[in-house]
Amino acid sequence: MIARLTEGLTARALVLMGALLVLALAAPMFAGDYLLTVLILIFYFAYTGQAWNIMMGFAGQLSLGHALYVGIGAYAAASLFVHFGVAPWLGLLVGAPLAALAGAFIGYLAFRFRVGGVYFAILTIAVAEFARVGFDHFTWVNASSGLFLPVKQYSGNDLWHLRGQPVMFYYLLLAATVAALIGCRLLLTSRIGYFWLAIREDEEAARAAGIDTFHYKMLAVVISAAMTSFAGVIYAFYYNNLFPEQVFHISRSIEIILAPIVGGIGTLFGPILGAFILTGLAETLTGALNAVGVDIPGVKQIFYGICLLAVILALPDGVWPWLSQRLGLKGRGS
Amino acid sequence: MPLDLYLNVAIGGVLTGLVYGLMALGLSVIFGVVRVVNFAHGEMMTMAMYVVITLFAALHLDPLVLLVPIAVAMFGFGYLVQASLINPFITRPEHSQFLLLVAIATIIVNVLLIIYGPDAQNVQVAYAFDSYQIGKVIIDATKLYAGIAAIVVAAALFCFFQYTRLGTAIRACADNYTGAQVVGLDVKHLYALTFGLGAACVGAAGTILLLIFDVTPSAGPAYTLLAFVIVITGGLGSMPGALVGGVLIGFTEAMAGLLFTPSAKSMFSFAILVLVLLLRPQGIMGRRLA
Amino acid sequence: MSALLSVDNVSKRFRGLVAVDRLGFTVPEGSIYAVIGPNGAGKTTLFNMIAGVHAPDGGEIKFAGERIDGLTPDKICRRGIGRTFQIVRPFPGLTVEDNVIVGALLHRHDVADARTHAHEVLRRLDLYDKRAQRASSLTLPDRKRLEVARALATGPKLLLLDEVMAGLRPTETDRMVAILRTLNAETGLTILLIEHVMRAVMALASQIVVMHHGAEIAQGAPADVVRDPAVIHSYLGAEDV
Repeated sequence: MIARLTEGLTARALVLMGALLVLALAAPMFAGDYLLTVLILIFYFAYTGQAWNIMMGFAGQLSLGHALYVGIGAYAAASLFVHFGVAPWLGLLVGAPLAALAGAFIGYLAFRFRVGGVYFAILTIAVAEFARVGFDHFTWVNASSGLFLPVKQYSGNDLWHLRGQPVMFYYLLLAATVAALIGCRLLLTSRIGYFWLAIREDEEAARAAGIDTFHYKMLAVVISAAMTSFAGVIYAFYYNNLFPEQVFHISRSIEIILAPIVGGIGTLFGPILGAFILTGLAETLTGALNAVGVDIPGVKQIFYGICLLAVILALPDGVWPWLSQRLGLKGRGS
Repeated sequence: MPLDLYLNVAIGGVLTGLVYGLMALGLSVIFGVVRVVNFAHGEMMTMAMYVVITLFAALHLDPLVLLVPIAVAMFGFGYLVQASLINPFITRPEHSQFLLLVAIATIIVNVLLIIYGPDAQNVQVAYAFDSYQIGKVIIDATKLYAGIAAIVVAAALFCFFQYTRLGTAIRACADNYTGAQVVGLDVKHLYALTFGLGAACVGAAGTILLLIFDVTPSAGPAYTLLAFVIVITGGLGSMPGALVGGVLIGFTEAMAGLLFTPSAKSMFSFAILVLVLLLRPQGIMGRRLA
Repeated sequence: MSALLSVDNVSKRFRGLVAVDRLGFTVPEGSIYAVIGPNGAGKTTLFNMIAGVHAPDGGEIKFAGERIDGLTPDKICRRGIGRTFQIVRPFPGLTVEDNVIVGALLHRHDVADARTHAHEVLRRLDLYDKRAQRASSLTLPDRKRLEVARALATGPKLLLLDEVMAGLRPTETDRMVAILRTLNAETGLTILLIEHVMRAVMALASQIVVMHHGAEIAQGAPADVVRDPAVIHSYLGAEDV
């Protein structure tokens, strides 16, 4: 397995990755509180971006409603915790299958009719919207008033109940991102990965080569959805409050896709690089504006919109392919 | 509840639906010809609506009077956007086009948010509370005028496509891109024209819609989604289908608002979308998919 | 030799147009057959029906004794029919090697295994040296051979080649003919080709089916078919005397 993981990577790349990993592990010791929250955000988007990338970058299906899966994971774990004291890791066992089911439903509606990516994209938006409005009326999770998790002062970190310092969440998201990276690499170099790439490149030719495209597209959707729901669980227990209006909003979905697009769709390091660039820049922007006394809601979103526009127009393949070329890191399958 | 109430709400819904249909018509035209999926459709409409609000506050001109100037302005906007940003993307993969328009949509929504703030705004016309009575049926004046205006604009568009040379040229482009080029049609120009027409449609629809609803910046994405639901329900690529779909959705939303709770009415539009995709994916008036 | 493919009274209409009109022929195992005819004769529609892109409106298609008409393209490929496209469609963003690995993975679950098999196929098709190149950077003849390689990697019993010689210069045509002939001789692979390039048809086919306006107008050995007056008429028009 190690061979499969490292095959095609230059020595240079491996050393760089190792160094970055050490840096990431040591970061909390040097970073202040604010920087730590930014890092948490970065790895949150790196992880969700990686999950989204499976659907889009690998299987070629554009999802503009990924907030749905975050929301399902978040609400499942949070509501079970609030009502029954169920630990979030068990809540995940409920949330992930539910998210997978939602994905399967969307995929089934869109894929069996062999129409273009339009239908799929629209459906993802529609279902997320449906969830947003639906949860706004869902009394068991407190509807639009919001679901609140009890917050107390914690002396230690309780990993099982996800109650604790931001540091705990940082390492959790870091581990998740690394695990996602390894998982995606394994998937990409497997039979499933090859079929996904074929479907992404030319679906009809893939069919002519014997690939059951419906089956593999569904697989991508289901895996991506389940992976994303884990981010939802963390979201819920980190912020300790959930509002349907925020969690399922289309802005969340767009935030999720930004990192992989800026970094590079279909690449392994794209989402991570994109998260660093985008969140780093966005936080710097708002920080700078706040320092001058400017606090306008919507500025960050415009920044995101402009970034998206710039990347689409100038570097459509994302920053990572360009960067890895420059740094001489190019090997197979990065 | 008395039958009259149902009838009133239903008629109101149908009239509103005509305006929705006009909005969706713009989307259908753009997709049918340029083959671009306009994810910024609703956002463009809210943009037009805010312009109307500003002009109304400044000049006290009725939206229906502003209809033509707004439509013309939106035409210009659409033409520019297509010619400068979208044209190079015709040959790019589908998802690049989507994302380009998603980016434009995001920027529009948030610029509107910064300029106008998140609170709802509307225009108060003199006849805002008037109504007509036919027997036991009461029809809001605003909705009646809105419905009529929508029909007039839609009819104008139909006539354009059916009877003018330019309209025929555009339809030729839709049918056969290469063939159109071969007979000497300036396809890029025609595409930009079509996008402009779609934008004009949406500008007109938005202006008319202000008679009935107020507007917030976040209405943009909601209207984009609604436009798509209507177009898919009515049939992707069918112009009459857009109107039929619009009326259906308008009617459903009105009845849902009456029978259940108004804040959940979009869920019913979504339910219709799912039903259509399950049972008749080409839409009510669409051609059978290959 | 048993019939591997049997096309029996097959028809296809597209709204008003009859594309294929009650066509019938059988292809014995291990042979090379060609389908020729003027443009618009219905040849690609025929292929598309065999490959599962369209379902016939009438008639039956049998492969290895079982009916396959109406099955989806991927199911048909899994049964043992590989195909190439008239307008070449390799996976542009993938390397030559990866393109063929995709095909090889159809009946193999281990990637390393598939890679080994892909290399064998690439060597056969003279593409081994280019295996690390992106498919989109290949010349047309190479892309055509790549498509054949990909189809071949799926381990078919029957290979459908749709105008695979189109756009090739004579030397490249000869190269492709040699590859196909060797393939057929060494592995017993059955080949059905649509072709306009008569040089290739005469060199490869043991039997030719001629189509015109969707129907068969001649069928037989190459030497006989090219002298058939109906065939000449369909290509050149009637003689004036």
